[in-house]
Amino acid sequence: MRIRSLVSVGLVALVSAGVLGACSSSSSPSSSSSTKNQTLTVLAAASLTDTFTQLGKEFEAAHPGTKVTFSFGGSSTLAQQIVQGAPADVFAAASPATMKTVSDAGDVVGTPAVFVKNQLVIAVPPGNPKGIQGLSDLTKPGLKVVLCDDAVPCGAAAQKALTAANVKLTPVSKEQDVKAALSKVSLGEADAALVYRTDVKAAKGQVDGIEFPESAQAINDYPIAALKASKAPDLANQFVQFIQSPQAQQELIAAGFQAP
Amino acid sequence: MTRPSAARRGREPDPGFRRAPAALAVPAILGLLFLLLPLLGLLVRAPWRRIGTVLTQPAALTALRLSLETATASTALCLVFGIPVAYLLARTRFWGQRAVRALVTLPLVLPPVVGGVALFTAYGRTGVVGKWWDRWFGYTMPFTTTAVVVAQAFVAMPFLIIAVEGALRAADRRFEEAAATLGASRWTTFRRVTLPLVGPGVVAGTVLCWARAMGEFGATITFAGNFEGTTQTMPLYVYRALETADPNSAIALSLLLVAVCVAVLVALRGRWAGVG
Repeated sequence: MRIRSLVSVGLVALVSAGVLGACSSSSSPSSSSSTKNQTLTVLAAASLTDTFTQLGKEFEAAHPGTKVTFSFGGSSTLAQQIVQGAPADVFAAASPATMKTVSDAGDVVGTPAVFVKNQLVIAVPPGNPKGIQGLSDLTKPGLKVVLCDDAVPCGAAAQKALTAANVKLTPVSKEQDVKAALSKVSLGEADAALVYRTDVKAAKGQVDGIEFPESAQAINDYPIAALKASKAPDLANQFVQFIQSPQAQQELIAAGFQAP
Repeated sequence: MTRPSAARRGREPDPGFRRAPAALAVPAILGLLFLLLPLLGLLVRAPWRRIGTVLTQPAALTALRLSLETATASTALCLVFGIPVAYLLARTRFWGQRAVRALVTLPLVLPPVVGGVALFTAYGRTGVVGKWWDRWFGYTMPFTTTAVVVAQAFVAMPFLIIAVEGALRAADRRFEEAAATLGASRWTTFRRVTLPLVGPGVVAGTVLCWARAMGEFGATITFAGNFEGTTQTMPLYVYRALETADPNSAIALSLLLVAVCVAVLVALRGRWAGVG
């Protein structure tokens, strides 16, 4: 390559960087100064999908002109997204460990508040065709068991429960979030999965839930917090308050969560 | 056939090569930057100091080996079944051919996750075909290494088919006709004349196919799940590493994947690829 063309490449790079920079800086003041039509972006654990979607609608109704958008996924995925700078206002995690990833990075406003707890059950196809009664039944030969990945709260809880029960289990897959684990059972591809009690309830008969005693030793706290990156900090704070309000708590408990 | 390199060697400036107008040069350079900057980012952010320990983690090596094995197996599957499909599409005429061609290339544009769901409905335990495998042989495909290979072959085969079909169409048919007049059977003609003729196309298709299989993520994680040693290929491992405490190892491993792919491309171009 000739020197001249090298110079032109450099110039183009400089110009393009300038243009891109100008774009991003010019857009920020307009969106932060918006008055009425505000959007609240909530990143929430996959196990909160059904309740938070409903609660979001109620929050919108109580705050006219507000639009609440959700991104549900494995808490560890979401935590990483926030640390990498995802534009979000509120984070609701399924474990203190995943919330800690975010607060350690200095991305959280104040101290995260625990708003519910959740407990594991064994999800099996309707009617429990394999006759599973407890964790030790999951090691039966030929049984296909799906867990959440160790990094995801439901996976961490599952490991805790299995250790408490002294059961050594080799799953066929470690899924990205609890809904993915659940779907493998409701699709009929897996014989059992360790998921939350709330997920079985939300699946409305597509799976049955088998309670087991060791789950008491692996109860997950769900923390929620407003995020520093929020462009609507007041609204974010209001949403965090709303989730802890008696009205929201009642709905969460009706969905199978436990009071903190 | 004159190759561009041959023309360039001439003393006179070749009228085919000239400076691009600024209206094309500027977006072209921007486009190149767009493609190259992320790779540069990997290089800059890679944890060079402890890259050795990151790359030799047993779990990473397991994932890499699984990726290499499954990508090679799925590419072999694609060659065995893809070349005949390409032949049918390029050299024969049958009813509904255009629809078949469109359907065959569908996995190319389909979101891989959708491919994974589709594979479930076909080969899953309750799938159209998988149901009978389970009932007759007690065999279920999901969550096995075979499922990884199947997922990879499903998304990668169109690359091979398109490349080989294109080569077949461009190949000079007179050689085949000559072989036929000399008494060669159609199978012999295919083996001894047609295949060597389209060799470069097959190689190019194989490389693309293998690279696509190496990079397969969506269909794999959906249909085959994610478990170390059986279904956790390199892309799945990188994804998990990015989420757990150690994003740096994800960067290092991504770099390794890039290096493997670049090495394969370079090696094949240097050896026998007549393309480009």
